Amino acid sequence: MEKSVSALVPEPLAAQRYGGLTSSAWRSIGVAAMIAVAIALPFLVGKYRVFELTLVMIYAIAVLGLNILTGYNGQISLGHGGFFAAGAYTAAILMHRYGVPYWATLPPAGLICFVLGVLFGLPALRFEGPYLALVTLAMALATPQLLKYFDTWTGGQQGINLVKPTPPSVLGINQDQWLYLIVLLALLIAIRVAANMLNGRTGRAWVAIRDHPIAAAAMGIDTARYKTLAFGTSTLFTGVAGALSAIVIGYVSPESYSLFLSVSFLVGSAIGGIATIGGAIVGGFFIQFVPNFANDISDAAPWAIYGLAMLLCTYAMPHGAVGTLGPLFIRLTRRLWPQRTT
Amino acid sequence: MTMKRISVTGLSAAGLAFATALAFAAGQYGPGAGDTEIKIGNTMPYSGPASAYGIIGKTEAAYFAMINEQGGINGRRINFISRDDSYSPPKTVEQVRQLVEQDQVLFLFSTLGTPTNVAIHSYLNDNKVPQLLVATGADQWNDPKRFPWTMGLIPSYGVEAHIYAHYILKNLPNAKIAVLYQNDDFGKDYLNGLRDGLGDKAAKMIVATQSYETTDPTVDSQVASLQASGADVLVTAAIPKFAAQTIRKVYDIGWKPTHFLSSVSNSVGTVMKTAGFEKGTGIISAAFAKDPTDPQWADTPEYKEWLAFMKKYNASANLGDVQGAIGYTYAQTLIVVLKACGDNLTRENVMKQAASLHDVAMPMLLPGITLSTSATDFAPIKQMQLETFDGTTWKLFGDVISASGS
Amino acid sequence: MHEFLQQVFSGLAAGAIYASVALALVMIYRSTDLVNFAQGEMAMFSTYIAWTLVNAGLPFWAAFALTLVASFIGGMLIERVVIRPVENAPVLAAVIVTIGLLLIFNSLAGWLYSYTVQDFPSPFPDRPLLHSLLTTRDLGVIAVTLIMLVLLFLFFRFTSTGLAMRAAAQNPASARLCGIPVGRMLAIGWGLAAAIGATAGIMVAPVLFLDPNMMGGVLLYAFAGALLGGITSPVGAVVGGLIVGVTENLVGTYLIASQLKLTVALALIILVLVFRPNGLFGTAIVRRV
Repeated sequence: MEKSVSALVPEPLAAQRYGGLTSSAWRSIGVAAMIAVAIALPFLVGKYRVFELTLVMIYAIAVLGLNILTGYNGQISLGHGGFFAAGAYTAAILMHRYGVPYWATLPPAGLICFVLGVLFGLPALRFEGPYLALVTLAMALATPQLLKYFDTWTGGQQGINLVKPTPPSVLGINQDQWLYLIVLLALLIAIRVAANMLNGRTGRAWVAIRDHPIAAAAMGIDTARYKTLAFGTSTLFTGVAGALSAIVIGYVSPESYSLFLSVSFLVGSAIGGIATIGGAIVGGFFIQFVPNFANDISDAAPWAIYGLAMLLCTYAMPHGAVGTLGPLFIRLTRRLWPQRTT
Repeated sequence: MTMKRISVTGLSAAGLAFATALAFAAGQYGPGAGDTEIKIGNTMPYSGPASAYGIIGKTEAAYFAMINEQGGINGRRINFISRDDSYSPPKTVEQVRQLVEQDQVLFLFSTLGTPTNVAIHSYLNDNKVPQLLVATGADQWNDPKRFPWTMGLIPSYGVEAHIYAHYILKNLPNAKIAVLYQNDDFGKDYLNGLRDGLGDKAAKMIVATQSYETTDPTVDSQVASLQASGADVLVTAAIPKFAAQTIRKVYDIGWKPTHFLSSVSNSVGTVMKTAGFEKGTGIISAAFAKDPTDPQWADTPEYKEWLAFMKKYNASANLGDVQGAIGYTYAQTLIVVLKACGDNLTRENVMKQAASLHDVAMPMLLPGITLSTSATDFAPIKQMQLETFDGTTWKLFGDVISASGS
Repeated sequence: MHEFLQQVFSGLAAGAIYASVALALVMIYRSTDLVNFAQGEMAMFSTYIAWTLVNAGLPFWAAFALTLVASFIGGMLIERVVIRPVENAPVLAAVIVTIGLLLIFNSLAGWLYSYTVQDFPSPFPDRPLLHSLLTTRDLGVIAVTLIMLVLLFLFFRFTSTGLAMRAAAQNPASARLCGIPVGRMLAIGWGLAAAIGATAGIMVAPVLFLDPNMMGGVLLYAFAGALLGGITSPVGAVVGGLIVGVTENLVGTYLIASQLKLTVALALIILVLVFRPNGLFGTAIVRRV
């Protein structure tokens, strides 16, 4: 009797096995496979492609920072280019003036940008929507001016030329491959940290604040603290990306961090999927490759093609690539994902 | 066995000699060069705030198209690959790496901008790729000891400012000088060059400076501020749009300083006409190239040749833009260098020929100004001439001034 | 004192330019709840259309009228074709679409008309007034801006279409139930904004000189001005624009480090907004739970 009744109750999906492994085991294998491919890639393609892919990953980290702030916490930012520049110049000044080795510039860059983000986030608490956009826009516009003004530190218009790091000779790989691997490591750490934060208490608080600030406050969430934390975390990510960009490109100048960079980050973020982690990588690819494709299609009006690409992507995927296609994919492969109990 | 070895050795020796002979007959080539083609790389700001300079790249491309139609250089056609970098140094680095590593160009030519060129010059010098005839007037491109693969073409902005400084010291020794400059490398080069040229008198003579960003809609406020300083000399280091605004505003507020205008913005057709001819009368500038809209050149064969070229190959470009004439000169200079290379199209030889120009005249350069380079002198054009605007055209005065870069 | 007055007056002249574009921004925000980042480029493109007509031989006012009509229709079409698909999408999608429009218009203008700077005829003669503090042209720009403001005010307050538009923006669902064609209202809103932008561009081109990047800087200041005044208030847009113009000039004159002019001006504007987060004339949005 008992047996026949219990036979009618299906085993919980999470414990079901496909080909001998649970679905979470399959997911881990999938992730490991992707990482393996990512590690192998620089040895399969030419130096220039490796350089391009490194830039894609740097932009992905920067866009991930923006996703945290704008996607998960709902605070729009048109100024992340400024924080990217702050990270880049921190790394450049430390390397150039103080001889700090390149890998040791990442923590200070992150820390300084975190502090900057928190300082910025405090007054930003007062603003919403287009007003917040203006305040962050001001940051993007002020950055080149400030960089040009404090020229004893920043080198002014001339910028700072950096010596790019050489790989340890024992590894026998070239400079581009070494930098790629370093940035890949940074990206994986960034994704891990972001995933932990976003799936945990902090992330839930952020999303609650985004979706219904009044209810969130009523539930006891300290909105001011979490919003400021979101700002700081976001700029930390983008600042580290900036530091990496200084190391990989080997040159910083005020012209490198124009308003268009901030706009590009927002575009990449939205096209990839603003409230996703994977979307940051898609965004990185978009920012890096689509302008070049546009140039190939039409060298008379390439930015018109880029703008058109933006429009078409947005029409087809209003929540971004991962944001729109992700839920679709999950629906189709429903069985592979653990059931929620609520 | 010995017989076999001798014949094998003999065959290989003969083969080697034959191959070498072939190689010499066909030419020595670096990457991107061959019997039929020479690949040249370039980056230009075709979009973004500096897009007004894109005409230089377009004119160069048109000129090379014309050369190709006429049979190419020593029978080889030019494959001119020009990419947009939006005046953003990271983009320039990326595009240049693509040109060198993927497209395998022989050299980079006429890359535009100062920060953009600074971003790539370590890479190009480390990889021994010529960074030839950079399209910017900064002093640092004449440094063959440290950067043997980098060469400029046009006189630096600092040199031009020196010329103004010397003129002021000689003719207006008690002047009070105001400076309006674009807040970037271009404007700052003028300001620093002016200070340098005035020497220890600089602090006393320069009474006011005002800067502007390319995102500023107008410079009216800056001009008013400079007038209020009581200056009687104004030096304007601005790009065409802002130069036109400045000329007009200076006139409108009734200020009559001795006005020095950057050579970048003295085009009759685009700046002086836009500002209003009567408003620009009396302005002093310097030039090394002929302004195509200046009526005094209209009947010369060089102008007619230029005009025919523009109409046939570069019809979309604005005839009144002096940057077009400058792009033309860049292209022609390169053709001279490439012709001199003959069949030896290696990167080393390209640099060598570029550093061996002796008093070469160019159709759109002012009479008396020629190109000269040597192993220790990587500044082909070192001369400029002062000119003053008379309401219709620029009247050259004084001698051709030779200034060596500092 | 003379310098101070001069800066104030040229600030008002520049401010009128920002104010006219700010009016267009407010127009679109009030009718569709969107900030149209492409407003400046649309205005610039309309100005090029006017320039082409004038160069083809049309008298100025005929070209002006034709351009206004063309811009109105163009604005409506853009709303229908480009913006409508993202109406129900997240706000960020609409922002991306307007940024895409910005790039498209800028690039098209550069391709069609090249980047060389052009001059543009002005309907107002260029004579100095008030001891050279102002020119008749500057006064003309200020006058046209104020006329547009008054017309807009009358439109929203006293016409049935204006009322319908306000209703459609505030509560589309209820407006539909009242029989208001909400879609048409949105399109008209964009059309009007495009026409305002075209007027702004045509007034401004003789002063700033015409090139594809003419409106880039103007848009930023107009945006700041519109927000300073209150993004929902046309009066605020004009006042905000004028304040931004004057502040920018005074900061540039009296600040020691004039290279930081933009930074300081923006900082001051943000300071004001900290105390009045909805702008000077804006209405606070009260959210009910």
